[in-house]
Amino acid sequence: MKKHTISILVENKFGALNRIVGLFSARGYNIDSISVGTSEDDSVARVTIVSKGDDDIIEQIIKQLNKLVDVTKVVDLTYDSFVERELVLVKVSANRNTRPELMQISEIFRSKIIDISPRSITVEATGSEQKVDALIKMLSPFGIKEIARTGRVALKREFEGAV
Amino acid sequence: MSTNEITGAEIFVRCLMEENVEYIFGYPGGAVIGVYDAMHDMSNIRHILTRHEQGAVHAAEGYAKATGKVGVVIVTSGPGATNTVTGIADAHMDSVPLVVFTGQVATNLIGNDAFQEADIIGITRSITKHNFLVTDVRDLAWTIKAAFYIASTGRPGPVVVDMPKDVMASTASFSYPKEVKLRGYRPFYFGHMGQINKAVEIINSSKKPVLYVGGGVINSNAAKEVYNLAKKLNAPVAMTLMGLGSVPGDDRLSLGMLGMHGTWFSNMAVDQCDCLIAIGARFDDRVTGNPRMFSPNSRKVHIDIDPSQISKNVKVDVPIVGDVRHVLERLTPLVQPLETTQWLAQIDEWKKEHPLRYENGPEIRAQYIIEKIYELTDGQAVVTADVGQNQMWAAQFYGFKNPRSFLTSGGLGTMGFSFPAAIGAAFGVTDRPVFCINGDGGIQMNIQELTTAVGNNLPIKIIVLDNGYLGMVRQWQDLFYKKRYSHVSLGSNPDFAKIADAFGAKGLVTDKTDEVVPILKEALKINDRPVLIDFKTTTEDNVFPMIPSGKTVAQMIDYPKSVEELKMSKSRVEASK
Repeated sequence: MKKHTISILVENKFGALNRIVGLFSARGYNIDSISVGTSEDDSVARVTIVSKGDDDIIEQIIKQLNKLVDVTKVVDLTYDSFVERELVLVKVSANRNTRPELMQISEIFRSKIIDISPRSITVEATGSEQKVDALIKMLSPFGIKEIARTGRVALKREFEGAV
Repeated sequence: MSTNEITGAEIFVRCLMEENVEYIFGYPGGAVIGVYDAMHDMSNIRHILTRHEQGAVHAAEGYAKATGKVGVVIVTSGPGATNTVTGIADAHMDSVPLVVFTGQVATNLIGNDAFQEADIIGITRSITKHNFLVTDVRDLAWTIKAAFYIASTGRPGPVVVDMPKDVMASTASFSYPKEVKLRGYRPFYFGHMGQINKAVEIINSSKKPVLYVGGGVINSNAAKEVYNLAKKLNAPVAMTLMGLGSVPGDDRLSLGMLGMHGTWFSNMAVDQCDCLIAIGARFDDRVTGNPRMFSPNSRKVHIDIDPSQISKNVKVDVPIVGDVRHVLERLTPLVQPLETTQWLAQIDEWKKEHPLRYENGPEIRAQYIIEKIYELTDGQAVVTADVGQNQMWAAQFYGFKNPRSFLTSGGLGTMGFSFPAAIGAAFGVTDRPVFCINGDGGIQMNIQELTTAVGNNLPIKIIVLDNGYLGMVRQWQDLFYKKRYSHVSLGSNPDFAKIADAFGAKGLVTDKTDEVVPILKEALKINDRPVLIDFKTTTEDNVFPMIPSGKTVAQMIDYPKSVEELKMSKSRVEASK
């Protein structure tokens, strides 16, 4: 089963997100991650859903999403070239001894330390899902206290010529 | 308030007039009391007071299915709204165009657990085509226009409009939009010409074609176009439960119904054909049995207006997304008449060897009743059926000659549908008799609507096939659960004829086969009120043919000719589990 990144434009109306999420739960489709925010047009929200499924399930998901009256556009980015990012905040245990190493790791991942206390630091990182996963793996031996991930946001790449 | 402003309630009534609504089925209550006040002055629109909100929705469904117009319902908030849920889900499954107006508590109380508050928008989200909460009276007219537009176009379906009390009391100037534009909703009607040409290629090279037609044909008013295609191709037509009436049941090309309780020959034809043309049908599990083994030898063309139905259950070779009528108008001229003499002869042979049958005797057989109703009405009646054995026998033995003649709950399978649906149909169709087929279980769900039927002098013939059981569940317990009849006996049934009399209808009862025709004739003479006939039938009859759930044509059980054969069939069912 392949992971699909589906980008949805939906009327920025009361309950519209609920229709999308409700469709997934009512029909037993899976959601790996979902992120929502406004798009370039105030009246339209962009929802990015990562879902796993066989091709015919994904095809049904896209058709069913298209049937929603509030949904104006659905694109499965998976087969296109696209850019994707996820943001994560990780609060990890830290003390005088471990702090230097944590800072090194953070630097390697080009992440930022955005909060610090005698017993913990909070790291902010953006990147692909794999990068975020790798960062979390590197931090976990130190004792992760809390994680908040945004889920994937994605846009189709504009330049399609040979590099 | 400027002088040309009117209240939301008045706007509501004006909108219904703009939509040429004839009937609105409903039940008043606190949250819609202002709306009902405005409705008191309606002149061209008749409000039909049902005795339960579920009855109102099924009546609107019956009206919509029989006429092709949008069925309209109004109920109050909270329990009024939640009582509509089954009917809305039913309409959603069977693609019935409905607009259901629900009252709602005032906007400042929403979310406060106010008296008679229910989040009907949340509750109905997954069982409507779309729903709206109106939060500003200035949006009301546009919303109602959009609701009627969405309900009646594309693949039809139910739309809920939730109207808070304060919105309906506040005022705005009224203008009804000529059209609404929705950027996320653009039904596609015409079908891609390239796809149509591909379909024509497959069809023209076929030797054993079958048309498999469903409710989409009825919805798009394409019965004539389908019949013309069948005649041009010399191709037989298998109809789904929802598609019955697309082609006259007595035509040689009609195979009757296909699927679980379809005719033996329709299922054989679909199994053996080399080209299956699915028209406005959705390869439902009650039709396909095991979808991987469904019509294994055919190339498949699928015409449907809903893209999500394409290759959902069964992969097809050529999908055509579009309205059935529009597509057939372009496809039929391009196909060649096919040489199907041998194929039709084979089908005639199957029809002779395996007809629909039953053995008549002194105890009344339900099949006999349906057959006699067919004869007495020449196949021209509007027939509603509930769900279960009564529905299957109605589908098998009433040879529907016209579209929009068989109204039943196909997708959701709702008990209690038949009678209120017949009420709606009787308002919509006045030149043909309306027969309402029920079981003794189903009639007890929504029997309160006898008041509605009597109050409006509707001459509905209510046929209760009274076998003292929840027959279809009993049949499954008989065939698949070692005859352990768990809670299916309706032994303490009331006297249905007396109930009918008490409501002011005419009640009749018989348990003798030779009284069936005289009693039906007597009922047909009564035209000023409903008649209920309690037919006490044989108690443990089963519906055959039958393809057990998830099985294939190879496991089809025909009507057993003897007790021994029935036992053999049962052991085959056991073995195939």
